[in-house]
Amino acid sequence: MGSSITQQVFQQIVNGLSLGSIYALIALGYTMVYGIIKLINFAHGDVMMVGAYSGWFAITVLHLPFLPALLFAMVSCALLGVIIERIAYKPLRNASRIAALITAIGVSLFLEYGGMLVVTAQIRTYPPVFPETMYSFHGVIFKYGDIVMLITSVVLMVLLHITVQYTKMGKAMRAVSFDKDAALLMGINTNNIISFTFAIGSALAAAAGVLMGVYFNTIDPLMGIIPGLKAFVAAVLGGIGIIPGAMVGGLMLGLIESIVSGLGASTWRDAVAFLILILVLIVKPSGLFGKNVREKV
Amino acid sequence: MRNWFNRQNIVALLGIVLLYGVIQGLIVMDIMPPFYKLTLILICIYIILSTSLNLINGVTGQFSIGHAGFMAVGAYISAIVTAIQHGPLLLGLLAGAVAAALAGLVVGLPTLRLKGDYLAIATLGFGEIVRIVFLNTEYVGGAAGFTLPSKITWTWAFGLMALSVILMKNFVSSTHGRACISIRENEIAAESMGVNTTKYKVMAFTMGAFFAGLAGGIYANYMYIIQPMTFSFLKSFDILVMVVLGGLGSMTGGILGAIVMTMASALLASVPEWRLVITAVLLIAMMLFKPTGILGTKEFSLSFLGKKGEKNATSKN
Repeated sequence: MGSSITQQVFQQIVNGLSLGSIYALIALGYTMVYGIIKLINFAHGDVMMVGAYSGWFAITVLHLPFLPALLFAMVSCALLGVIIERIAYKPLRNASRIAALITAIGVSLFLEYGGMLVVTAQIRTYPPVFPETMYSFHGVIFKYGDIVMLITSVVLMVLLHITVQYTKMGKAMRAVSFDKDAALLMGINTNNIISFTFAIGSALAAAAGVLMGVYFNTIDPLMGIIPGLKAFVAAVLGGIGIIPGAMVGGLMLGLIESIVSGLGASTWRDAVAFLILILVLIVKPSGLFGKNVREKV
Repeated sequence: MRNWFNRQNIVALLGIVLLYGVIQGLIVMDIMPPFYKLTLILICIYIILSTSLNLINGVTGQFSIGHAGFMAVGAYISAIVTAIQHGPLLLGLLAGAVAAALAGLVVGLPTLRLKGDYLAIATLGFGEIVRIVFLNTEYVGGAAGFTLPSKITWTWAFGLMALSVILMKNFVSSTHGRACISIRENEIAAESMGVNTTKYKVMAFTMGAFFAGLAGGIYANYMYIIQPMTFSFLKSFDILVMVVLGGLGSMTGGILGAIVMTMASALLASVPEWRLVITAVLLIAMMLFKPTGILGTKEFSLSFLGKKGEKNATSKN
């Protein structure tokens, strides 16, 4: 196979988009939760890990095919998200943001190492759910899995967009994120809306977890940390609290990472992601899609 | 001119010397099992780390969770000086601390404009970048890390710990420390009262980084081996837990937190997963039921020994 520079570039773009769509799915959860209660949900990456394990459980133990397994993981993580919110975050809604952040770190550690106690630290192999078929288009290789991943992510994002923009629940979510107190006065049950947001965010994370398991073949209890942080970078890059921003940010981060890897510097990949984060925070903390909000005294 | 030799300072000094002497005696007479000695030296290291993080997070109110990054800078630079360049230990420790302080200055100047959780994430990102840089540097052994002789004794660890704590405590009670506290209480009000908030934030951050670097140097020169994985953000979280547990803003609280958590992890060393699960539950429960930590912003002090006039001079915020 003659691999010219253009082919390699396109190949990296394909890889980047696959990876980026996973980041985007996780970043959506971060951004929605941040938009609604101004909390960086550190445990979000670990919810993704739980999702990957529930998907693994559904496929290997319950022998479900891919789509039902995906749904199973999404539903169980939606429940988990609501439980976490009710137990750990809800009592702190009026506490300082730092207290909430510390709690989130606690929840994250709890899921990681509690998970390790339950499923042991052993790395598990994801069963092959997709055929190993490859499609070659002018020398650029698309794996079957890549395509399913992209389609799944796009479908989920479209569903999310419809939910947020065109349903009553979505309207309520936007109202709560705009002004919680005013929304409460208008008769919106903010507690339910916040729980609903956690449920959707966690379900998306679970989908990302299953896709991640399928993509990398292996899962372990600490797998959520780095993708979680990177998805956060993606959310900040696009403008935290802004849903389209998270999608674009995720895809961009995936592309940047595969370009860095393609240049032969794959060990520096994580550093590049964090460098982007710091640069974005310094230059334009509101992100690519964000508006500057003036500080009120 | 203040009288340094008041009752309070003399008692504190006697206490420090006595504590040092008793443990040094036990070590010299070979009664102390090596595991206990390790734990004691680790306690000293973590006390420096938690008090220095407290300077940033508790006293100045800037939320940093990249402390392991500064520790890593200190550890690697001091290890390079002592083990690769065969320099004297004190020089190595100082070089590590100064390098960490410089890193703190470079990171602090731009990022301290950020607030709250943005700053937290930026510092976390910085900590990870430092780790990845060392991971990719062959000169210091890459992922495998490198070994070095263990030169730190109890005397070094305890002496440096006591010195750092006294310096930091005096900083907090000084004019500069008061300015830092005013930033924590209300940044806008502090600024309008004429406090140069950027200057003091960067000052506290650099100072915290300096002592974290010193602790890193002690760690490297005691532990025989340093690896990039040691300085992952889990280490930052460990230090954060100590500070939060003891009480954000309380120097003595930080010391208490460091002692409790280091002993707890020594006890649970055989079941590391449980250690972290317990840490996590502790952290969540603490935030839910007593978010101020054990001591809050209060300090344990010996001021009850002093005369009335001195009491006012040393009383806390």
